[in-house]
Amino acid sequence: MRRGGIAALALLAGLAWVGSAGAQIRIGVAGPITGSNATFGVQLKEGAEQAVADINAKGGVLGQKLVLEVGDDACDPKQAVSVANALVERGVKAVIGHFCSSSSIPASKVYTEEGVLQISPASTNPAYTDHGSWNTFRVCGRDDQQGAVAGKYIAEHFKGAKVAVLHDNSAYGKGLADETLKAMNAAGMKEALYSAYVPGERDYSALVSRLKEAGITVIYLGGYQNEAGLIIRQAKEQGMKVTLIGGDALVTKEFWDITGPTGEATLMTFPPDPRTRATAAPVVAEFKAKKIDPEGYVLYTYAAIQIWAAAAEKVHSTDPRKVAEAMKADGPWPTVLGDIGFDKKGDVTRADYVFYVWHNGSYSQM
Amino acid sequence: MAYALQQLINGVTLGMIYGLIAVGYTMVYGIIGMINFAHGDVFMIGAFVSLVSLLGLAALGVSAVPLALGLTLLGAVAISALYGWAIERLAYRPLRGSFRLAPLISAIGMSIALENYVQVVQGARVKPLAPVVPGGLTLMTEGSFAVQLGWMQVVIVVVTLAVLALFTWLVTKTPLGRAMRACEQDLKMAALLGIDTDRTISLTFVIGAALAAVAGLLFLLYYGSIDFFVGFIAGVKAFTAAVLGGVGSLPGAVLGGLLIGLIETIWSAYFSVQYKDVAAFSILAVALIFMPTGLLGRADVEKV
Repeated sequence: MRRGGIAALALLAGLAWVGSAGAQIRIGVAGPITGSNATFGVQLKEGAEQAVADINAKGGVLGQKLVLEVGDDACDPKQAVSVANALVERGVKAVIGHFCSSSSIPASKVYTEEGVLQISPASTNPAYTDHGSWNTFRVCGRDDQQGAVAGKYIAEHFKGAKVAVLHDNSAYGKGLADETLKAMNAAGMKEALYSAYVPGERDYSALVSRLKEAGITVIYLGGYQNEAGLIIRQAKEQGMKVTLIGGDALVTKEFWDITGPTGEATLMTFPPDPRTRATAAPVVAEFKAKKIDPEGYVLYTYAAIQIWAAAAEKVHSTDPRKVAEAMKADGPWPTVLGDIGFDKKGDVTRADYVFYVWHNGSYSQM
Repeated sequence: MAYALQQLINGVTLGMIYGLIAVGYTMVYGIIGMINFAHGDVFMIGAFVSLVSLLGLAALGVSAVPLALGLTLLGAVAISALYGWAIERLAYRPLRGSFRLAPLISAIGMSIALENYVQVVQGARVKPLAPVVPGGLTLMTEGSFAVQLGWMQVVIVVVTLAVLALFTWLVTKTPLGRAMRACEQDLKMAALLGIDTDRTISLTFVIGAALAAVAGLLFLLYYGSIDFFVGFIAGVKAFTAAVLGGVGSLPGAVLGGLLIGLIETIWSAYFSVQYKDVAAFSILAVALIFMPTGLLGRADVEKV
């Protein structure tokens, strides 16, 4: 018992010593390390670990080493809040995360209250920065930027086509469809039909016949892969010759599983593959050497830390408020994703979306 | 004209699927006066078994579509029938002498249990199936509008009508059907007259579940996408169809399904797609005010 007490004391002392050893800067990375979105959480973690290692190898930030704290929110909004509190407790200056918009938004309230900087590599819901404050940033696009790219593309490439704009009434789907419609109208193209559909159903044949009657040749769909797959499948089964255009939700194998060959030539907007960028080549090589494929959001996370470190160097401080101001005012920042600048809300200034196309069961950038 | 015809085809197909599930509801209600809320979930199980079987057969190299479908149908019917039997045995029979609401609550519990079971075992994501019976024929062309009739749609209508004919014959002409009708009229009296009521009720559940499996397979083939929750939505619509047609009446169930499918489709075709369910259920409510026993239902004579 007595020995145990001494051991515990020694351990505590040890911890205290580690805590005060040298000057260190703690930053957090938070995402779904477990759960059904764990693939993405691991991407965030791998990107952050590599970025911290690279920065430390070059002498750290302001002469101090970075220490990474990992938080697991499992994409659960409630857990995201407790993870946020735990990270704040550990004294992080900035948090890279979270992944799901539904986690990033509630967590941002905690970070705002506690004065911690938050940079999400993946949350695209506009509300994240619209409702956020001085401390919320993201290095990915927004759903409405995606709509702007899609609307412009439709107006330019499908001149004279009869376009139907459909959505599922969800925050993501309707937001995306409305932004696309706005951009399309601004480019001088009028939609032939605008309609909501009921998500979760299986039978969209009545809607499809309606599209057929209206002579629709292009469907823009704001919604998820299941309904999109069923609608295009039923449209082709009814003999329609129509092109489906959608958002990032269609960039999943599940879409093709439902459509089979009827999904051929479906288009969707998605960020360009960052691995192919020249600026990313050295970092990609480092990942490859560790047998990690820097897919998805790995490089986005890496870039978020690069920006934070550069801004902290610039203002000679890790004070979150000063760093946040610098991030907005002194951009664009050179990163593995190319130059990234932020607007007043903390969104990236460059709409980073390109078109992908489904062909024969796989998708590729156009 | 062509547009209306196309929408009619859409509506009839949808209605036949509702009708096919509704027959199972109606049979069980007819015999023990209980709404088997788990019926929609047995339908879902049938669809899942079909999916697993189709994928399994494809992996084993059974490439002949009719053979694969035949084997799948047999497997789905057998396993779903087993589920139907087990559900009755576990959840309903122990409560048969209990107060009226007890089996109903047990049924809802069974429904939730089955949904969660499939969610845990198969995952919550939507399971797709690529088209197995593709193609169809063009009935007519008007301007640029071609009326398309898919082979799968033909299959659905033919199967539903065949099943309806088969079960009407079963109920009206066979000894089992006579026993079922006797149980329907008076369970205690039927038992006194030497009918094995437990066995009759068990068989009704088994037959109902087998029907649900047929519907599940057709649903899977036609739409190519199922998840653990698919039985709930389809079940609610089919239950509504059974009520509209008059619970207890087999042709009524199919007629009710047909009407709901047509109302939904015609409403989507000419009015707002979003409010089709509101329209269908409003019409149902009005219909039940004027015809409380449904279209083909008999008035329940209170036995004194």
